[in-house]
Amino acid sequence: MAFEVDSLRFLDRGPVDIVVEPSECVSIMGASGSGKTLLLRALADLDPHEGRVCLDDTSCAEVPAPKWRCQVGMLPAESAWWADTLAPHFPQDLSAVMLEPFGFEADALTWTIQRLSTGERQRLAIARLLVRGPKVLLLDEPTASLDPDNVDRMETLLTRYRMEHNAPVLWVSHDPEQASRVATRHFELRDGRLLERP
Amino acid sequence: MSAIALTPLDLALAAVLVAALAVLSYASSLGLERQVLISALRTTVQLLLVGLVLRSLFESEGLSWLVGVASIMLLVAGREVLARQARPLAGSWGFSVGTLSMFISSFSITVFALVLLIGATPWYLPQYAIPLLGMLLGNTMNGVALGMGRFTESAHRERAVIEGRLLLGQTREEATSDLRRESVRTGMVPILNSMAAAGIVSLPGMMTGQILAGSPPTEAVKYQILIMFLIASGTGFGVLVSVWLTAHRLFDDRHRLRLDRLR
Repeated sequence: MAFEVDSLRFLDRGPVDIVVEPSECVSIMGASGSGKTLLLRALADLDPHEGRVCLDDTSCAEVPAPKWRCQVGMLPAESAWWADTLAPHFPQDLSAVMLEPFGFEADALTWTIQRLSTGERQRLAIARLLVRGPKVLLLDEPTASLDPDNVDRMETLLTRYRMEHNAPVLWVSHDPEQASRVATRHFELRDGRLLERP
Repeated sequence: MSAIALTPLDLALAAVLVAALAVLSYASSLGLERQVLISALRTTVQLLLVGLVLRSLFESEGLSWLVGVASIMLLVAGREVLARQARPLAGSWGFSVGTLSMFISSFSITVFALVLLIGATPWYLPQYAIPLLGMLLGNTMNGVALGMGRFTESAHRERAVIEGRLLLGQTREEATSDLRRESVRTGMVPILNSMAAAGIVSLPGMMTGQILAGSPPTEAVKYQILIMFLIASGTGFGVLVSVWLTAHRLFDDRHRLRLDRLR
């Protein structure tokens, strides 16, 4: 279940080529404004792009867009919530114990979004993504708003998910230490190209 | 009994009130005096002209004249819908979506009412067709402008939420369901409110006009009820179509929110 990107061009950037193997995590760094978020958006087919993006030899263009985004799960840097309480944001058949690893009790689903802190929202956004079981993870600074304990906890959870599901992961981070903790190969987005760093 | 004719002096006295409003605006630096005077002038010129146009139109009874006048009304309404939106669809879409929606709802309902309900001979008798179309277009225009404006502005403001929903695998229809509901509601609230208040708080304009012109109130009421129903359905269909088309245009076939299609 490899994730292959072939001559991807988006806006005025690219071409980007990369293959992420099953259960491999690659880190992507780059100056702000270098297009890291735009790259993930193009991979999730949220922005127009050229070139081929394939999951397991099936290209993005062959799959209806909503189905593609179910398989290629992108976590945006800022989570969006549209209902008053948590429950409508999760699948209806979700068993509440699934939130426990993320540090939430069983009644969390009845909580209102307003009372959640930024960090809690971010952990719940990660939970919301993972319970849907995507085959690839595109993570845009997933732990930027978390305290050190929760950074640890989320790194562990995301790594466990990657191993259990054989999922390729692209992890955008601005923290070189985190990159070396979670990823085995490291890339930098510069001048619209993705360059492997030693 | 026929209506008491108004003299130019009557109109001039009423104009003094508007002038007084402009003076008051100037004195309390509200900055509205210019707009008040220009709008009053526009009303006077436009209505005087349309009085002349209608008089010759009513005498001619030709279908082609009627179609011409109706088309001008529609195009002006389309321009007005576009002008009232802060972030309309870019290109010709902004104009055509509003105009098409009003055409579909106002014109079909006017023809329906003329042929099946009023049954004048010929069915397009301008004396009935033009006022009916005017009332439908005027109200539909308000609704369509409100509905489309609400949708495009909310889509722009709530981009993160819409895209967050798309990223979770929702379709463009699911991701905008709340937005479409709110926009349709926004477009329909004025007519729903005026139906609810009609007769108790406000006496609707057409009925008032008929009564002033000497019609028995019971007859005027029947016409007014008919008009209210036509306006409500015309506005409702127009708003639904325009919000649907706007929502459709703001996404592409890969279910991406395309804010670049807004002006």
